[in-house]
Amino acid sequence: MSEETKDDGLISIFIDDQEVRTKPGTNIIEVAKSIGVQIPHYCYHEKLSISGNCRMCLVEMGLPGRDRATGEAMLNPDGTPKIMFFPGPAIACGTNASPNMHIRTKTKMVTDAREGVTEFLLANHPLDCPICDQAGECTLQEQSAEHGKGYSRFIGEKNVKPKRTSLGPRVTLDDERCVLCSRCIRFCEEVVKDDVLGFVDRGSYSTLTCYSGKKLENNYSLNTVDLCPVGALTSTDFRFKMRVWFLKTTQGIDAETSVGCNTEVWSREGKIYRITPRQNDDVNDCWMPDSGRALYQEVEAENRLQTNFVDGKAASIDIALREASVLLAGNSVAIVGSGRSSVEEQYLLKELASAMGEVTVSLVSRIGEGDDLLISKDRNPNVRGALVTGLISELPKTELSDLAKSIDAGSVKTVLVVNEDLTEAGLTTEQLAKVKLIVLGTHQSATTDAANVVLAGMSVFEKSGTFVNQQFRLQKFEKAVPGPKTAMDDLIILASLLANLTNEKVVSTVDSIWDELSSKNALLEGLSYKSLPASGQLLDASSYEDLPFVEGETLHYKPVALAST
Amino acid sequence: MAKVLERKPLTFAERTYLPQILSGLKTTFGHLLKRKVTLQYPEERPAISDNYRGIPTLVKDPEGREKCVSCQLCEFVCPPKAIRIIPGEIAEDSATAHVEKAPQEFEIDMLRCIYCSLCQEVCPEEAIFLQDIYSFSGYTREEMVFNKQKLYEIGGTLPDRHFKWEKKRLAAEKGNGH
Repeated sequence: MSEETKDDGLISIFIDDQEVRTKPGTNIIEVAKSIGVQIPHYCYHEKLSISGNCRMCLVEMGLPGRDRATGEAMLNPDGTPKIMFFPGPAIACGTNASPNMHIRTKTKMVTDAREGVTEFLLANHPLDCPICDQAGECTLQEQSAEHGKGYSRFIGEKNVKPKRTSLGPRVTLDDERCVLCSRCIRFCEEVVKDDVLGFVDRGSYSTLTCYSGKKLENNYSLNTVDLCPVGALTSTDFRFKMRVWFLKTTQGIDAETSVGCNTEVWSREGKIYRITPRQNDDVNDCWMPDSGRALYQEVEAENRLQTNFVDGKAASIDIALREASVLLAGNSVAIVGSGRSSVEEQYLLKELASAMGEVTVSLVSRIGEGDDLLISKDRNPNVRGALVTGLISELPKTELSDLAKSIDAGSVKTVLVVNEDLTEAGLTTEQLAKVKLIVLGTHQSATTDAANVVLAGMSVFEKSGTFVNQQFRLQKFEKAVPGPKTAMDDLIILASLLANLTNEKVVSTVDSIWDELSSKNALLEGLSYKSLPASGQLLDASSYEDLPFVEGETLHYKPVALAST
Repeated sequence: MAKVLERKPLTFAERTYLPQILSGLKTTFGHLLKRKVTLQYPEERPAISDNYRGIPTLVKDPEGREKCVSCQLCEFVCPPKAIRIIPGEIAEDSATAHVEKAPQEFEIDMLRCIYCSLCQEVCPEEAIFLQDIYSFSGYTREEMVFNKQKLYEIGGTLPDRHFKWEKKRLAAEKGNGH
């Protein structure tokens, strides 16, 4: 029906007699979702291939009829095309939109089909909801409430399968709960390319298992837990820790690499319980690495700085700030910033540097192994933020040899360090002992041990801010938990130091800093923290194209050098 | 404008107060002849009906297994937020390992509890029951937060009609016939 394809390339299909304009070939589940009609499903996932095995998405489907003899379109008496519905239901996930297709989702045939599928799924499903971690976010639970009977007609013994099976270091499998949707299998095969999972045995004895001698231990294994529509695959770390309905979610950014995976941080009463990916089709799709999910443990790590120190003794924040300001007012100051600080903190640090006149600002580069999915080589989440704010003009090095030379030569007498361990950046403890050291950090390290003033700051989960990821996409994260009582938001510490130095009024909140940034910085013009969309904002990176960034190709990212070839 | 009330002067009988005193004494002496209603609490205790809602406690099943699986529905439903649970996993070498989950700690703040029995109603494992105990006291607030051990001591054992988990264990022993 080419006449139906109008200029915009869209076609009309009808869902419960409601017309929808959509691209030809769009999956029916997606079309229905776009107008708010939920078609229940287990095996379908928008980022995975279609397997069509759960049969939950059965709908009635019809197409405009054509006369077999003449090929003419069949018409109703009123002249509208006659829709010939199929005698049986069809799966919506395996159906792509074609012109004038009619879908019915509320008829008796569809309801019967859903109830039948639910009854079969529940025949062997254990009554585990009270102990199941998925309860509260379980598709089967929702569909049972909607389409279940509330009692069982099944008089036989329920099938018994292995429970508490360890599939790998981070994933525990409860086979009884599995609905055999194969999402996890397809994820490992198609996305991670680590094809370790599969079904063995037949019928109701089918069991998910690892290929013999292998384990589900790739760095993306926990995504199978998110994908699992029921409670079969559970996270060993989160297992039995807290029911999900107590947890509140906060938008976060995975700070382990410059990919900047979008995350959701799940917390209750100031304690983080888990981190899951947040869908962003331009950055991380629906996935995130396992290593990023473990980052919340640093919040309550043993070496977390609980208070401020002056000359090794615990001190109040007022005294520590005063001491730091006195040290900074002296001459020969050097600043070591961080690619782990937010854009706002880097901006304030840059203001601090320019208020002091000629000081060198350096960042420490952190390079690790990357993969081609969501781990990039640059382990700093926000090096590009430092470029955008003008804190640095060239890429950081892994060793601070220039700073070491200046210290040895005596031209640097005071160093302000933000969130870095200088001993990891090639400085010796003897060199640290030669200078007055002010450290703003979250965790105890060799550098904080050597410091004259230690200011306890907040981790990435305890403050709001923005990062600029490898695509030059500005993304925001929000404060999930309050942080230690005696620690202070890095922004307030930096603003206080700046205010003590200049005796002027200084902006110290994320919003007020963005007021300044959007008016002063051409790249960030018109942006604000509040109005920044959840999916981030791509910045104009053309002026940084020549810099030799270390990242290789990852999901949704191609280095400029590769992109041009 | 304020309303002026006329106050009538007292009659002679009223001024003697005798009729009022006598009518009061009539009530007092009348009770001497009626059935006694006073209960010598705490030596004597009132009869408690079966559906009385006293303090909520945890119970064990007749085999001595702790029934609570720390699903935290009571914690969720509790209107005054008197219940706090830290969920935990049952060790794999335990006799009840097939239940998998049990509370590490279960606390009810009896000073907060309003005896609504929503926890009993919501419990999918029939593990929490409101008992007939209505009088308990303590010297500190901390003392009135009952922990898991104390809740089981007070709760004791209640009959079970389902033995859901025992059936589950037997089914697992039997295997799936495959």
